[in-house]
Amino acid sequence: MIQLSPIDPVKAYLGQRIVSQEQLAIMGDYWGTNLSLGERVVGWLQTLASGSMGFSLIYRVPVTEVIMQKFTASLTLMVVSWVISAIVGFGLGIIAGAKEGSWIDKAIKTYCYILQSTPTFWIGLVLLMVFSVYLGWFPIGLSVPMGQLADTVTFWQWLYRLILPAITLSIVGIASLTMYTRDKLINVKKSDYFLFAQARGESFWGIIKNHGIRNVLLPAITIQFLSFNELFGGTILVEQVFAYPGIGQATVAAGLRSDVPLLLGIVIISTIFVFVGNLLADVIYKYVDPRIRSEDDE
Amino acid sequence: MSEMPWYNKGLFSSLNLRQKTLLTIGLTALVLFIVFISGMMIDANLPTNFSIKMQGPSFEHIFGTDWMGRDMFIRTIKGLSLSIVIGLGASIISSIIATILAFIASFNKYCDTFVSWLIDLFASIPHILLIMMISIGLGKGAFGVIMAVAFSHWVNLTRVLRAEVLQIKTSEYVALSSKFGRSKLWIAKEHILPLVLSQIFVGTLLVFPHAIMHESSVTFLGFGLSPHEPAIGIILSESMSYLAMGAWWLAFFPGASLLIVVLLFDIIGDNLKRLFDPSEANN
Amino acid sequence: MEKLLEVNNLSISFTQYVQGLNRHDLKVISDLTIDVMENEIVAILGSSGSGKSLLAHSILGILPYNSHVSGEIKYKGNILTQELKEKLRGKEICLIPQSVNFLDPLMKVSEQAIGECKDENEHNEKKLRQREVFDKYGLDESVDDLYPFELSGGMARKVLLSTALIGNPNLLIADEPTPGLDRKSVEETIEDIKNLKENGKGVLLITHEIDVALKTADRIAIFYSGYVIEINKVENFSDTDKLLHPYTKVLINALPRNGFNFSEGVQPLDDVSGCPYYENCPVRLDKCENNIPQLIEHNGVMIRCFNIGGVNDEP
Repeated sequence: MIQLSPIDPVKAYLGQRIVSQEQLAIMGDYWGTNLSLGERVVGWLQTLASGSMGFSLIYRVPVTEVIMQKFTASLTLMVVSWVISAIVGFGLGIIAGAKEGSWIDKAIKTYCYILQSTPTFWIGLVLLMVFSVYLGWFPIGLSVPMGQLADTVTFWQWLYRLILPAITLSIVGIASLTMYTRDKLINVKKSDYFLFAQARGESFWGIIKNHGIRNVLLPAITIQFLSFNELFGGTILVEQVFAYPGIGQATVAAGLRSDVPLLLGIVIISTIFVFVGNLLADVIYKYVDPRIRSEDDE
Repeated sequence: MSEMPWYNKGLFSSLNLRQKTLLTIGLTALVLFIVFISGMMIDANLPTNFSIKMQGPSFEHIFGTDWMGRDMFIRTIKGLSLSIVIGLGASIISSIIATILAFIASFNKYCDTFVSWLIDLFASIPHILLIMMISIGLGKGAFGVIMAVAFSHWVNLTRVLRAEVLQIKTSEYVALSSKFGRSKLWIAKEHILPLVLSQIFVGTLLVFPHAIMHESSVTFLGFGLSPHEPAIGIILSESMSYLAMGAWWLAFFPGASLLIVVLLFDIIGDNLKRLFDPSEANN
Repeated sequence: MEKLLEVNNLSISFTQYVQGLNRHDLKVISDLTIDVMENEIVAILGSSGSGKSLLAHSILGILPYNSHVSGEIKYKGNILTQELKEKLRGKEICLIPQSVNFLDPLMKVSEQAIGECKDENEHNEKKLRQREVFDKYGLDESVDDLYPFELSGGMARKVLLSTALIGNPNLLIADEPTPGLDRKSVEETIEDIKNLKENGKGVLLITHEIDVALKTADRIAIFYSGYVIEINKVENFSDTDKLLHPYTKVLINALPRNGFNFSEGVQPLDDVSGCPYYENCPVRLDKCENNIPQLIEHNGVMIRCFNIGGVNDEP
């Protein structure tokens, strides 16, 4: 698909520099723009098969290197917001499900409903407006203060700049997990064992704790692991809004400037990332649920 | 225990749940229709007036004005109607893709495996990334965005339809029909399609809000509609440059309006779904 | 002997939504009257899926929210309000549930039998009690750590029975305790339930198996289309002449003493304006079509039929 793009990677690499036609032709050979579409894909696949993802046009280093560096930065952001959204989302879901039909359930439901219809980047913009521009608590953009090298940034400075993007990203993740947890808990509340626990005179919150959370936690964790897809998508948008130098920004840059090797590399990495999430979800289910665990023993 | 059910309280106490659902759908659709029509009638080239540039919300310009003195309310309405058009195009195309794939999956085991594989593949590439790539590949612009959104949103509906078709296919009357010598295409047309039509319809509506959101997202990132189009994504990405100056209205109102439109589509989809499948209402 | 449980004119109905979100009211139990004494087993016999479990749920106060209830339930002479139900359930009144589905699939069975505890001490106390009860039913310590899905049918039955006995209740409600069990387990269950009676407990047995009801109960209530149509002593069931309702007679006559399941032709599901058995009744009267007979006492038998007794003559 990239090959159909109207932007020529040679031009992207050269930027504004003036070069002669011969040089252009040599460059074209080097980057493969003179080749046909099929040949370029095959070429890229061959490079990939040899264990290399090629060379990034805009960063001028191997794609693997760019991805390693950018992805690590994003990973912190993603892990932090993933954990926050897991805890908050699950908690809200349990409260809403337990108090189904009450005002607090309706409030949580409305909140989730609205959040699910809100573009991620706009939440980021609103938080930026409120906390950075209006209240002035956080910087506007850039994860590293201007004029400072990345490795001289203290932990606190770094954390300070992580807060807003992480909150934005977790707000997005909360909604779906909350709704899922709520639905699951409501299903548990309709189950025979919930009914029986009630019939045995156990207290309502006791049942929610002993039976509700016990039965909802596992599927909820699974769902949270299956959300890596949205998490990655959200990261791209959030990094753009907060100018956080991670994989998201690299993706946008690669896309806008037709850095084909980098973009394809990112596609591979993100797919692996999503796949790992799915795999973890599977594994957790297998090893934690006694019903499935014992099937494997036999 | 025999307390009054929730739907008998409050404003619409005289209506039953069915009437209320229909009323909700009607009103919501009306609002969206008005937004759409008024947006269509607005000329894309809004008058610029630099003497009133960058003004906050006032009675004259309820959403404020931008750096060229254009009224943000009018720009927003125009953008929303554009979003609706793109959303409509994208969801219809994605439903067509989903329907075709679901039917292909129903042909035989190999086709089914292929479609499942396709579903897994598309489900594991992050949506935004996929849309970006398709959009770049098709040369950005409205066509590119519509296709990109369509090609990334067929997955869920295909899953639903595939399961549904599989269930109908294994039912007895279809087996009987096939014994009578009816061709597969005939069975698909006469037996399966009518049964899954409501699913397709609801599925299309449920894709709508996602389509609108993703369109504005990729446009915001710079991969969707081109900067001279009056899209919400463009307006918001433009507003980034003025945020630090405190021009909050440039980002707030267009985004909130987009949220409301998405929410309205969500409400229509959910209500229709409940109308077709009442099991949820019994909860 | 004291009356443990008294149910008077209990009706339960549900509001449902069907295609297109139209409302529909579903009547499940109509005008149900029954009582259970100390030292007594009373069986409610009705076809499966006819909603008799809801009687148990109603006594324990665990009906779903969309249900509508009228009538009264008394325990030891006190009207059972929701508050009192919540206080008594699990202590004085215990449910022996239908199947292993009533156990939390992710919790070890011993912990479930012990149930909720305030602190470590209470837990230890109850643990001893749980071991005692489990031992009584031949469940050794290896069973304690099993999950519900690992139990065999007979074991599950004993665990369910044990969960009810840990609190040492006076009234037990056994909801379909025998389906899906093999012959031997059924016999054991019947024995176990009968043994409960010896300790002065009352048992309300809800079942669709005539055989189990006949072997276990002192009195049997016949549940037909939401109504109790006859409550008779178990001795009378060996002689159809002592049975009063035409349906009961048909039921017992058709039974070749080999444990036929209680499943018969069509029971009207929708509201009928008259006697629920009108359609199939061999001795029906004109007034049966549009008048519902009351449940009256006739020579120590409770009966709902216009052919018996004088009270029903004037509806």
